[in-house]
Amino acid sequence: MYKITKVERLSEKNWLMEVEAPFVTRSCLPGQFLIVKSGELGERIPLTICDYDREKGTVTIVFQTVGAATTKMAELKVGDSFTDVVGPLGQPSEFVHEDLEELKKKRYLFVCGGVGIAPVYPQVKWLAQHGVKADVIMAARSKDLIFYEEQMRSVAGNVYITTDDGSYGMKGVGTDMVKKLVADGNKYDVCVAIGPIIMMKFTALTTKQLGIPTIVSMNPIMIDGTGMCGACRLVVDGKVKFACVDGPEFDGHKVDFDLAMKRSQQYKAEELKAMEALNH
Amino acid sequence: MDNTFDVWKKVPVREQDPKVRATNFEEVCLGYNDEEAALEASRCLNCKVPFCQQGCPVSINIPGFISKIKEGDIPGAAAVIAESSALPAVCGRVCPQETQCEGKCIRGKRGEAVSIGKLERYVADWTREHGVVAGKAGEPNGKKVAVIGSGPAGLTCAGDLAKLGYDVTIFEAFHQPGGVLVYGIPEFRLPKDKVVKSEIENVKKLGVKIDTNVIVGRSITIDELMEQGYEAVFVGSGAGLPKFMNIPGEVSNGVFSANEFLTRNNLMKAFMPEADTPIHCGKKVVVVGGGNVAMDAARTALRLGAEVHIVYRRGEEELPARKEEVHHAKEEGVIFDLLQNPVEILADENDWVKGVVIRKMELGEPDASGRRRPVEIEGSDYVLDCDTVIMSLGTSPNPLITSTTKGLETNSHGCIIAKEENGETTKIGVFAGGDAVTGAATVILAMGAGKAAAKGIHEYLQNK
Repeated sequence: MYKITKVERLSEKNWLMEVEAPFVTRSCLPGQFLIVKSGELGERIPLTICDYDREKGTVTIVFQTVGAATTKMAELKVGDSFTDVVGPLGQPSEFVHEDLEELKKKRYLFVCGGVGIAPVYPQVKWLAQHGVKADVIMAARSKDLIFYEEQMRSVAGNVYITTDDGSYGMKGVGTDMVKKLVADGNKYDVCVAIGPIIMMKFTALTTKQLGIPTIVSMNPIMIDGTGMCGACRLVVDGKVKFACVDGPEFDGHKVDFDLAMKRSQQYKAEELKAMEALNH
Repeated sequence: MDNTFDVWKKVPVREQDPKVRATNFEEVCLGYNDEEAALEASRCLNCKVPFCQQGCPVSINIPGFISKIKEGDIPGAAAVIAESSALPAVCGRVCPQETQCEGKCIRGKRGEAVSIGKLERYVADWTREHGVVAGKAGEPNGKKVAVIGSGPAGLTCAGDLAKLGYDVTIFEAFHQPGGVLVYGIPEFRLPKDKVVKSEIENVKKLGVKIDTNVIVGRSITIDELMEQGYEAVFVGSGAGLPKFMNIPGEVSNGVFSANEFLTRNNLMKAFMPEADTPIHCGKKVVVVGGGNVAMDAARTALRLGAEVHIVYRRGEEELPARKEEVHHAKEEGVIFDLLQNPVEILADENDWVKGVVIRKMELGEPDASGRRRPVEIEGSDYVLDCDTVIMSLGTSPNPLITSTTKGLETNSHGCIIAKEENGETTKIGVFAGGDAVTGAATVILAMGAGKAAAKGIHEYLQNK
């Protein structure tokens, strides 16, 4: 069993949990994900790793209640356990393999939307630990959906905040801030965009115009996370890729986002039924 | 039972009525009772040179265990089987006996072969129901061995090593042990709680530990396992990534791999209303492929309420599935569209599957596999309407372990190179077997490889 050591409600639908999972923390790196399952007949839910403490053997996950399984997950308390936690899965972010001296010369811009803040944090933290200060744009619909701001500021170079409704930071979306930063004379070598598919799509479109190579992290439907089921198929540069073994990070200028969006809806009807059953 | 016993024919085995079973997930075959088993056992000629045994990948002493049934000594029969097999209740159900033991049976020359598979199953079920444990752990020798994967290869290798006194830990990536026995083969062919769980429990009773949720190659590497004191490692990690056809429309919604469809249903129990994991099975399903996995997917979709078509590019004779599975599928109402091949998948405006463009084929000259090559018939295309397509075309090896283990070499297909006789790989102390080595094959071949590797590991560690 995988004991929950911390639960924090970040906003109405966003939750943070810290879980004991020594087999994940012993080797996980930024960019990788894990799968949690709660209950014998629970669903296997892939989540990007938000933080990890190798000494304590704990990982931090952030999730949004979107369907029946995540709604049930949000009912778990400190001291409860997940039935299963498995990982790390997927390839780590490319930069962890890069030559450190080369890496230090690069300027990174992270754009995170909504719960995408969670997977961006360990990347920015890793870079900071290796002497690279990255800039981060945290974007959300409104102020209450921004979380981990303090932690992010402690590891990032500059942190910029945008909200759709203007309740915090600049009014607008992440791409508005990207354009502004570049217009202000900032030069970035790499952009990493993580968040809802639509947000990654538009960020990639913007950075393509600006000529900034861009990496996105895909989180499609999957079961095993090790390449066995093929549910996580994506088309990247015209070729079929499995997000779990080839990704989850891909060249944002080559991902077919429209297809990914349609595929993410594949079990919508079944999910709605499950939600109805849960509410009755 | 039928009173007219014909020594040239198998004693018929009782099965659920096709019309009834097409709507449930209960086991199809009900197996022999004591009387039927005794009668069928009486058909065995106890040949001096038992060809049946040569046909068995794990060389079970078949006349030996059948003789024990004749004597009414079922625990004795179980003990004979246990000398060679750790999973008899599984093999009795899923082995392709017609091409192995039963294919070699002398009785088959004139009449029908002895029903060896059903007798094996009878013995295994009898021992389980009577609480008889067939195997015994060996005197501990203090040596640790790691086994990767808890499918048929891993369980067999682990069981054999435990009997020799090794301290064995199996690392399983999924949340439940069993590999293909739990995620792939459906409940109606291999009951999970009744059969698979109890066979795994028997392996555990030998002292084998099973660590679930550990992905070797990610959570820990083979080199790290060896640093932790495992003196040998067996890789039985299974088949790998599902293949697709690379035809237009294949990434549309409603196109699944058989692996995904079966895993949702079998491992995640999507057929049970209480399960959280959804499964999508439309009203009309096209399953592409002709192997055992295709039959499993088709019969599962049928049970979920769909009209099911199997589309296969060769003819009936060439179907790679076991004859029994094809027969059962037909009885249940699966429609076979043979000598046909999909060339395109059509989707609606929401990118959901609405049909498959199918080209008819004819058989030409035999190809490298000895089977007659299917040749396209020009101008024969037609559209088969459907709302779900399940691709069952086999798998390609998973690079997870090979890419993270220095010195573990693969062949041009990406399969791990391992010696057939002892499972030895190109890396010292590392052995491998099953689908990870051969590509997708059968449960029993994987068990045979696990067995050979256990012997190989034992020899290696004795001489180390």
